[in-house]
Amino acid sequence: MESVVFIFSLIDCCALIFLSVYFIITLSDLECDYINARSCCSKLNKWVVPELIGHTIVTVLMLISLHWFIFLLNLPVATWNIYRFIMVPSGNLGVFDPTEIHNRGQLKSHMKEAMIKLGFHLLCFFMYLYSMILALIND
Amino acid sequence: MSAPAGIPPRSAAVPGGARAPAAAARPPPCQNGPVQNQMQFPFGYGLHLENYSASSGHYPPVPHEAVPSQLNNQYVADYHSACYSIPVQSVMTTSVGPSMLNTQQLYSGAPHPVESAGGLTQGAISSASHLHTSVPQSYSAVSSHYSSSTSSSVASQGFPLSSGRYAMPTVSSAVYPNLSYPSMSVGSPYGQVFTSQSLPAVGQFEETNTFPDQSSTVPRTLQQQVPLGYNSTSWSTSDFQSAQDNFSRNNTGSLAKASNQINTVGIVDSSHPVSQNVQFTKPGVETSVVSSAVTSSIRTPVGDHLTEPASVPSNTQPSESLLQEAIDSSSTTSSASPVINNYDALEGGGYPETNSAASSPAPTPQTSRTPKPFGYGYPTLQPGYQNATPSTSAMQPSNPGHHSGFQQYPQYPGVNQLSSTLGGLSLQHSQQPESLRPVNLTQDRNILPVSPVLAPVPNLNSDLRKLNCSPDSFRCTLTNIPQTQALLNKAKLPLGLLLHPFRDLTQLPVITSSTIVRCRSCRTYINPFVSFIDQRRWKCNLCYRVNDVPEEFMYNPLTRSYGEPHKRPEVQNSTVEFIASSDYMLRPPQPAVYLFVLDVSHNAVEAGYLTIVCQSLLENLDKLPGDSRTRIGFITFDSTVQFYNLQEGLSQPQMLIVSDIDDVFLPTPDSLLVNLHESKELIKDLLNALPTMFINTRETHSALGPALQAAFKLMSPTGGRISVFQSQLPSLGAGLLHSREDPNQRSSTKVVQHLGPATDFYKKLALDCSGQQTAVDLFLLSSQYSDLASLACMSKYSAGCIYYYPSFHHSHNPAQAEKLQKDLKRYLTRKIGFEAVMRIRCTKGLSIHTFHGNFFVRSTDLLSLANVNPDAGFAVQMSIEESLTDTSLVCFQTALLYTSSKGERRIRVHTLCLPVVTSLADVYAGADVQAAVCLLANMAVDRSVSSSLSDARDALVNAVVDSLSAYISTASNLQQSSLIAPNSLRLFPLYVLALLKQKAFRTGTSTRLDDRIYAMCQIKSQPLVHLMKMIHPSLYRIDRLTNEGAIHVNDRVVPQPPLQKLSAEKLTREGAFLMDCGSIFYIWIGKSCDNSFIKDVLGYPNYASVPQKLTQLPELDTLSSERARSFISWLRDSRPLNPVLQLIKDESPAKTDFFQHLVEDRTEAAFSYYEFLLHIQQQICK
Repeated sequence: MESVVFIFSLIDCCALIFLSVYFIITLSDLECDYINARSCCSKLNKWVVPELIGHTIVTVLMLISLHWFIFLLNLPVATWNIYRFIMVPSGNLGVFDPTEIHNRGQLKSHMKEAMIKLGFHLLCFFMYLYSMILALIND
Repeated sequence: MSAPAGIPPRSAAVPGGARAPAAAARPPPCQNGPVQNQMQFPFGYGLHLENYSASSGHYPPVPHEAVPSQLNNQYVADYHSACYSIPVQSVMTTSVGPSMLNTQQLYSGAPHPVESAGGLTQGAISSASHLHTSVPQSYSAVSSHYSSSTSSSVASQGFPLSSGRYAMPTVSSAVYPNLSYPSMSVGSPYGQVFTSQSLPAVGQFEETNTFPDQSSTVPRTLQQQVPLGYNSTSWSTSDFQSAQDNFSRNNTGSLAKASNQINTVGIVDSSHPVSQNVQFTKPGVETSVVSSAVTSSIRTPVGDHLTEPASVPSNTQPSESLLQEAIDSSSTTSSASPVINNYDALEGGGYPETNSAASSPAPTPQTSRTPKPFGYGYPTLQPGYQNATPSTSAMQPSNPGHHSGFQQYPQYPGVNQLSSTLGGLSLQHSQQPESLRPVNLTQDRNILPVSPVLAPVPNLNSDLRKLNCSPDSFRCTLTNIPQTQALLNKAKLPLGLLLHPFRDLTQLPVITSSTIVRCRSCRTYINPFVSFIDQRRWKCNLCYRVNDVPEEFMYNPLTRSYGEPHKRPEVQNSTVEFIASSDYMLRPPQPAVYLFVLDVSHNAVEAGYLTIVCQSLLENLDKLPGDSRTRIGFITFDSTVQFYNLQEGLSQPQMLIVSDIDDVFLPTPDSLLVNLHESKELIKDLLNALPTMFINTRETHSALGPALQAAFKLMSPTGGRISVFQSQLPSLGAGLLHSREDPNQRSSTKVVQHLGPATDFYKKLALDCSGQQTAVDLFLLSSQYSDLASLACMSKYSAGCIYYYPSFHHSHNPAQAEKLQKDLKRYLTRKIGFEAVMRIRCTKGLSIHTFHGNFFVRSTDLLSLANVNPDAGFAVQMSIEESLTDTSLVCFQTALLYTSSKGERRIRVHTLCLPVVTSLADVYAGADVQAAVCLLANMAVDRSVSSSLSDARDALVNAVVDSLSAYISTASNLQQSSLIAPNSLRLFPLYVLALLKQKAFRTGTSTRLDDRIYAMCQIKSQPLVHLMKMIHPSLYRIDRLTNEGAIHVNDRVVPQPPLQKLSAEKLTREGAFLMDCGSIFYIWIGKSCDNSFIKDVLGYPNYASVPQKLTQLPELDTLSSERARSFISWLRDSRPLNPVLQLIKDESPAKTDFFQHLVEDRTEAAFSYYEFLLHIQQQICK
């Protein structure tokens, strides 16, 4: 059972890593003027909810399977994702708003956030991998 | 602003004329480090202006204020004599009159609920039958005509009078006189250059831009050659098809066009059942069913250019390939709107290689990347200039020591000797002591100067100063740029630029040249601040790259000499306009297209704005900027959307009602936007009929969203301007809004909510419009809350403008009605630029991180402006990313690329040059308090929307507290107990207090949410001059105007009364005062005002007989009346806003409007000025 949880988490984590990389690539495209703000934001906003769901599932899964350490590790990031999603002003087009992304260094902070998430997911990936192997051996 | 002859030289020379006499008389207090000499000490803006005009030759020394009126008059005169035809109008009114009655009956007799039911049965019923079901009894008479109407030809309808007018068909190709210009070949650019750059021609060009009837001058030629290349590539295949179509149509003449028209109208399509077609002027002559399937749109511009195919084969090649390239790139990045990326490439990003290969030799490899920019440049000014740098840096270490001098500043003996010894070294820092003089704010009560506050002059040597950009177009909050971000942080002052790039200029050098010289790496346009290394190479002043001087640039058309590139007009003027070549276009320049979207719901009709709008349009129809391709269209909406078919050849305008607001479509896409000149009579008919057409409407709903969607669909093929007139909260269809204002919270001191938009509909729409080069201008005329916060989005992001008339009513509120009328006159006739982009570049090391204004930031430094108008201002915030150690000058350049209303692609370039300083004192010395306050206001608007209003207010107060405490801490020897500010910042607390009491940011005073939002929109989009008047109005006493210090403008004597403090203590009962708030003038009359003033100026025997609502001064033949009127009209002429005059008697209820602007006084919710100072002092000491 334990191994199934971690195999699922591992797959989910892979998806999140890919998503983070996609965010970084798209944002840096915008930074370099390869795409315009409008299309960049509409691309990224599409993936905000899947990312949120993906991460929340893992977090909840860890809570259910009583892996406290991993749960607490995931909790701040999951909370941040949800908070960010909820706090979008009603007039904005999503978490990434094309009219504001070039203002007040938003692009940079989005970039930084995506980088941090990538690092976090990589860390989680190895943790899940280790736990999965451990669980498989124990089984 | 004023550097006129009449002012005594001293007061004109020193900014802040209040202290000028004293300061100029005594030995100049030289302090503060790198001060070298006082030779030029009383050097102010006014003087500067004169120098500027004298040296550069083409600037006649006319004060700025004088000119707009002059221009305007001429304009008016031209038009009235030429093409204004009043008789025609009156004829039409009478002819329309009787039949109008019928229409109204029809209209009111056809209740709308039936139509909305029709929406449910969409698709099920054929459109013809649906028409019958949805049209009740009153239509039955009409319906008998249906069978015949589909096939009825155009000629068969209409009454004899009007059909006679249309009897002579206009051949469509004949209406494009532009075409007849012979296209000059690109290979011989000099032919162009001579004429365009010689002195007289400069003026002439300006005229061509403004006066349509003189358009047949030179500059058109370059662009004439372009279009063919584009036709074949830029339009997609289907478009090309239509172009072909059009071509053949042009050849065959107007007959084909007419028959085509008839066919399209006749098509019956069942997919969109809910289209009705009501001929509104006559009952049931033509009620053809139209459909959305009609696709053949007429592209006039394409048709034009096809007529000259083979004349310029050489030029088609590059443009074709460039376009291909651009299209490719956009498709690989899967951009939603390819055009967008392409514009990037045009203005900035990509270098058009095809062109450069031909025009300039191979690029030299880059030499030193970061050498000092100084050693090289300006062969003519080198001696003084080169010396300046070392001396400045040499003086730095001694800087702190000089601060001790501040206190003994009055007795500073050795200054003169010191300055004379340093005099040979440099010309810099001439005004520094004055701007750094410490001012004790709590003791000095009268800090407001008596003459208008002028922009500080950057501390450059005189040659550079002469060349620098006018502060009216381009201002920086710090005229001395700190060297590092750390220094900037220490100063606690905002760093940013305030721009007014498209303002109406009286002299503007226009340059036509086949190659526009730009830096190869950063794409900066060549400007006065570049340095020429030798005859053949110039160094970019922004990125320091060394570029080649093109062969063509070596020749100077001004002096007709060869080998003097530094004397070219581009290098002699910091504000120039280039006529762009085809490299700067992606498609043929678009025609001027205007679409008016009018609210005709009960609310709107009741307010009666339609009459004013239609009347203004009728009057200004011939003055709308544009050429022969200009197109115009109308949409009205209540709970349905009504279109107007104005196709040439119809006897009367045709109204087409679309009641399916959930899926709105265009009934006849090609005949709704029509050529202004071809269909002028129909348009006049419509405008005459519109105000009365809806007079009995009972429809209270407003389907603004669907109307906007329809407008967007209509405009998207060409782009242009949509003007929306809205009178209430949109209540139907997409984009409907709900009331969010709680009237009880209006005067709350705590939280002000709902400053942001409620829905993203309007933002999305604006972005869509912006992508299609369409701007949406909003006129909101409402009596109750209409959620401007949401509605404003449609203009904010599409680069439109916003006008708001609270509690508008044509008869109950004549002041607003007059304001609308005047605003419309300006709005309709002012210059306009289409499909514009603006890029702001700055010296390497500086970076722009936030933009303020109405536009869409498309990429990091590129602003997309679908339309640009002369009244739009912009602001940007900057940070210093890398320290500017290797340079002592920084430059900023704005380039605005736009299509003029005449269909020319033009680039207006402004360049500003500022010195870099290393000491904190210098940073303070160069602070421009007005610019800083305006930038802070912009930032505060952002803060109040993203965070909260109280946050924004705190931030404003903190800005003052931080900067003043930072200043005091630098000057450690100053008394800590008193509040000291440098002279340059002495008005800072006052202005911030005024800002806190401004409608946008005030709390505690009852402020309607829409008023507040509107004030915020104004702050974001007004240029500095107008914004300052809004924040801190000017108060003058006008009952004792004298000719002392008067100036002469156009043979008129304009008295110059001193500015008064904005405090009730200055108001006396015996006086009359004028307050200039930018968009409105208040005249306040005291109870015991001098009877002679009332009699001579107002034309009433005594105070009691003066009426409450007076909006105009009578033209009396007395000296004091003449003075008052000339002063007021002089104030008016200095701005394009056409302020409304409002007379306020001391006991009238409107008094509060006046008194709320007296910002130095205490109100129940806010500090007085003195209390505010004490508050700041307290905060500093904390």
